[in-house]
Amino acid sequence: MSDVVEKTLSALPSLLSLDSQAGAGKLSPSSKLGNLIKGITELTSKHEEEKLIKKELAAIKEQVASPNTSMRQMKEIMVRAIYCEMLGYQASFSYIHAIKLAQQGSVLEKRVGYLAVSLFLNETDEFLLLLVNTVLKDLQSTNLIDVCMALTVVSQVFPRDMIPAILPVVEEKLTHPKEIIRRKAVLALYKFYLIAPNQVQHIHSKFRKALCDKDPGVMAASLHIYLQLIKESPESYKDLTVSMVTILGQVVGGKLPMDFNYHSIPAPWLQIQLLRILAYLGKEDQGTSELMYDVLEDSLRRAEMNHNMTYAILFECVKTIFTVHPKAQLLEKAAECIGNFVLSPKINLKYLGLKALTYVVQQDANLALPHQMTIIECLDHSDIIIKRETLELLFRITNAQNVTVIVEKMLEFLRMTSDDYSTIDLVGKTMNSVFSLGGDVMQPDIPNNFLRLLADGVDSVEDRRMRLFAVDSYVSLLQGETAQLPQRFLQVISWVLGEYSHLREEQDSGTIMRLLARLLDQRNTSTETRSWVLGAMTKLCSNPVSVALARDVCERYSGSLNTVLRQRAQELMILSQDTELRARVLPAEGRLEHLEVDSSLSFLDGYVSEALAAGAAPYKSPHQRQEDLAQEKALTLEPYGLSLPVSLSSCSVTDRLTDGLSPTLLSMSSGLSGNGTELSHGGGSTTLKLDGVKRVWGKEGYLAQQQSVEDAPTPPVQLPSPLLSPQRPPSQTQTPEPDQEKQQLASSLFVGLGSHNSVCLMGRAEPAPQHFRRKPRGGSSGASERSSDSSHSSRSAAVDNLLLSNLLDSTTVASEGGATTTTPQQTSQRTLDHTTSNGSPHVEGKEEGVAAGGSLSLIRGMVAVVLPTHTETDPQSDLHPAPHPAPALERPGDLPLTSHLPAELSGLARSELTPLCSDQDPSLALSACRVYKEDALVVLVFIVNNTNSTLHQMALQLTCKELEISCISGSPLKEVKGHSVSVCLHTVVMKRASVQVELAGLLSYQRPLGQPQAAQFSLSLSLKHFIRPLTVSTGEYGKMWLSFSHDLKQNLRLVTTEHQEPLTATLDALKSKLHLHIVDIIGSEGIVACRLLQGEGHGQPCLLHCRVHANTLAVWLRSPVPELPDSLLYHCQKALTET
Amino acid sequence: MMRFLLLFSRQGKLRLQKWFTPIPEREKKKIIREMTTMVLARKPRSCNFLHWKDLKIVYKKYASLYFCCGLDAEENELLALEVLHRYVELLDKYFGNVCELDIIFNFEKAYFILDEFLLGGEVQETSKLVVSRSIEASDMLQETMEEYMSKPAF
Repeated sequence: MSDVVEKTLSALPSLLSLDSQAGAGKLSPSSKLGNLIKGITELTSKHEEEKLIKKELAAIKEQVASPNTSMRQMKEIMVRAIYCEMLGYQASFSYIHAIKLAQQGSVLEKRVGYLAVSLFLNETDEFLLLLVNTVLKDLQSTNLIDVCMALTVVSQVFPRDMIPAILPVVEEKLTHPKEIIRRKAVLALYKFYLIAPNQVQHIHSKFRKALCDKDPGVMAASLHIYLQLIKESPESYKDLTVSMVTILGQVVGGKLPMDFNYHSIPAPWLQIQLLRILAYLGKEDQGTSELMYDVLEDSLRRAEMNHNMTYAILFECVKTIFTVHPKAQLLEKAAECIGNFVLSPKINLKYLGLKALTYVVQQDANLALPHQMTIIECLDHSDIIIKRETLELLFRITNAQNVTVIVEKMLEFLRMTSDDYSTIDLVGKTMNSVFSLGGDVMQPDIPNNFLRLLADGVDSVEDRRMRLFAVDSYVSLLQGETAQLPQRFLQVISWVLGEYSHLREEQDSGTIMRLLARLLDQRNTSTETRSWVLGAMTKLCSNPVSVALARDVCERYSGSLNTVLRQRAQELMILSQDTELRARVLPAEGRLEHLEVDSSLSFLDGYVSEALAAGAAPYKSPHQRQEDLAQEKALTLEPYGLSLPVSLSSCSVTDRLTDGLSPTLLSMSSGLSGNGTELSHGGGSTTLKLDGVKRVWGKEGYLAQQQSVEDAPTPPVQLPSPLLSPQRPPSQTQTPEPDQEKQQLASSLFVGLGSHNSVCLMGRAEPAPQHFRRKPRGGSSGASERSSDSSHSSRSAAVDNLLLSNLLDSTTVASEGGATTTTPQQTSQRTLDHTTSNGSPHVEGKEEGVAAGGSLSLIRGMVAVVLPTHTETDPQSDLHPAPHPAPALERPGDLPLTSHLPAELSGLARSELTPLCSDQDPSLALSACRVYKEDALVVLVFIVNNTNSTLHQMALQLTCKELEISCISGSPLKEVKGHSVSVCLHTVVMKRASVQVELAGLLSYQRPLGQPQAAQFSLSLSLKHFIRPLTVSTGEYGKMWLSFSHDLKQNLRLVTTEHQEPLTATLDALKSKLHLHIVDIIGSEGIVACRLLQGEGHGQPCLLHCRVHANTLAVWLRSPVPELPDSLLYHCQKALTET
Repeated sequence: MMRFLLLFSRQGKLRLQKWFTPIPEREKKKIIREMTTMVLARKPRSCNFLHWKDLKIVYKKYASLYFCCGLDAEENELLALEVLHRYVELLDKYFGNVCELDIIFNFEKAYFILDEFLLGGEVQETSKLVVSRSIEASDMLQETMEEYMSKPAF
């Protein structure tokens, strides 16, 4: 047995050692208590136990009532009574006798009496008043043990109102010569402070004395009070900081007597208490915090033993460091320390590590990043507690980008746990934050699943509690500012309130009705939300107040232009007036019974056949209609524009019903009478209308694929794109499959934590799929390996690259995804790679091993694409085929000109040289060339002076109102010497998508001794020069597709070749001519994505969905801008006709 | 601060209960019931920390006995685990190789030890007094001790 225990024991008031040897106090089984206990343990049934205890209690009752019972016997009886109470049987008749025993007994008996009192009674018990005098007497006793016992019982149970009676005596004990008395007095005062703070206010100065007590035990006890005081008003105790820091310094430095050690750790309880106090003192106070940095660092450093207690100190230390005003160096150490927790194989430490992370990510979400993989593992931990804690952590790092994945995880967790308080709490707050954070970007499945979760399940207490929780939190949300809440969240709120607000008894439905009515009146509430709200009101209008309110609402909305709203308002009107009907339609209970929905609408069969018999045309699905329409007008190249897609939504009702989602969705078909803006507002809510088409493409990508990954109703959002995965670096493909899944999960969970990427994928020059972007982790990620590779292999090009890095700074910034620390060479190198690959993805010329170049790679998030080798050192090898299929019949004169191409552009795809207006003035030759950079089109104008004389005052002006033109040549050209060539560079992007634009140019110059002259020229640029591939994954494509509102359909001719599928051949043709990116091809369908350059770092996406149908290619284009599908379709047609 | 401490057996029989804040009788029974079911359902070698309502639950099994305490949210779980351990050490020292039976038959002694260790839900004794002081204290108690030693309790 350790010394510590020995010492601890010796300090227990020595009464315990009354029994001269350890263990001697064991009762002989022959005693009455012994018999009772033995009797009970031998019983087999609860019933028998009950009988025995009843008998026992009766005996006790009789004995205590007898005047002949001595105090000694009473003590023994009291122990038995305590035992019966512990078994759960009331022995209230003995309470008064316990007090009597405390009053009248001698020390040992008194002790049992006090114990019984403290176990039997509550602070509120009136019996306690009888104890006050006894306590007072004992406090004043000269016997140390009496005083100790009195102080002990006072700290446990004492009536609040009677505190003043004994307070002076207890205060007096603060100066008692025995430290054990002083300590107990301090703790008693602490207790008083907790239950009646006002009454001990006047003795604060005495607390201070206790803090300075020469006995560390008393000082430690006073810290309980100070912790409480400082927690309540840190401002008033800032002056104590120095003392606390000093004390902690001494404790940590081992200055306290050895017997304060616990397993050779110096006074751990004291350390932790001090650390907590420091946290409160230093919170949001830089000056105070600075005082404690040193000692905090010291405790962090000294706590090195591998013992639970050390970890307890470390944990508290980390918490303090993250609470006080931050100091970078300390934070770093603390974060390191958290790492030790998280990575520990001990489950308790892992748990605390997660807790610490949860705490610190509130300050800096990036701190979770190094532990991604551990967190993912913990998410699947067999211990539900660890799992829960992980979810709590995830909840803290929820942002708009990972919200979907996190909610999936939450729901998964919910499904498998039995409901309990913590789950409700966690899920409740998560769902609230999730909805308010990302409501509008969420997939419709998520709120639906959430509602189903609320609705499902037997009507157990937990279910009720969860629903009540939801109702309560929503009501308080609605009472606040609601304008910012996402529409989808408002819809969920309406439904929940409609269904469950009856659970909240104290709340009359009128209040909720008023809240809902306020929602209706809000201007930014969408039509769909309004109809949800009206639905909820219909369920609620039970009392007269609500009915009046409902009538009011009805009047306003029955005249609405929106038919859905009008219908809802009518329903509300009728149901609110006819209570009987309402009770039948919407029974208060049993709303949750599953409704049988006839999704085939078979009850309409009769009607349909009648109509058919009467000569009506058979029903055609909207898609079919669309195609018919397109075929009829095969020659019309002008599309019908935006009015067509809107009519599609009529099928959404059936669509929803077959999904079998929440009952109230029944009538929630969006925008039957919707217009274009309505549709775009609804975003994800308008489901993809593809009936008639095999459902290959779901809301989140390719459906078949999802099912294979997971059978859950809501499949994971992030899927590996089949096109991308083979290109992953070998180091990744070798890792086992589950690991990869985890990594993907990690990347989708931790997205948006590092550099704050904008939500809009399109707004960036580098459209890397965000969930594939991994943060650099320990240099092991494929991406960073590759990047070092490429920088190594391209040393020879360093000079050029440096130039380029200046020139293309903006691109560099934009293209920097995960890796942040790169040398300029690396950076520019990478930029170059990007440009090359994105500008000319069709370049196939594999020229490996030419000169010094190694393989260059494209770093795009997690995907490294190995490109055909280009070498910057040898410009000749860079003559890629131009985007036009015509072989570059370069005139001899061209060759010298291309050598004037700036080095940084020489690696990019470019068009052949076009001569411009050379016949105007033979001595001056102008030619132009387009270079396809990733984020812009560069137009180069070569000015060749064929004479001996120098040209002066050169100025080149390019104008076009549809284009945005900016000059990028380093020095504005002033003069061109004889027989030399000068190049002007302009970046050009389109302001609006248009099929073709004319660029007007004017070159003014002056010959020596001549008049100023000017040469005019024009250059036509087509949309396809501004189109760049858009690299997205299938999953992202699915999401984007839903969010774009402008669409267009057209049938195009299929390209047929001998050795390729018609679809593949056609898409390849489009890809090579229009720089499109083929996202995926599945069966007879293919999806293609591209973007239109626009401004710096901007781009407008356009998605194409192609389907082979009756020997034509049905193309469906979608984009957020109206002009783009139009113009792009023109080029597609042209490209396919030319083939 | 600690809200309650419960000792119960593998069969869920309560061996000791200490409540540091006033709690109605019915609520106590509910907590005891929920704690025993919750803790006994835990697999061996899983985490010693649980959540229950707004409390942290820390439990540890010593032989056949479960020690389980409820803490305020801001408390340090590892520290609580050490508090439990300390209490076991104290019991062990007092009873000499303590076993469940010692506590069953002498539960009031276990309460006394606890009252000297924890007071009002806070650790009262973090250290031991210097030897000389504790000798001084026991000297003062000598008289009373002798007085009671002469009268056998049962």
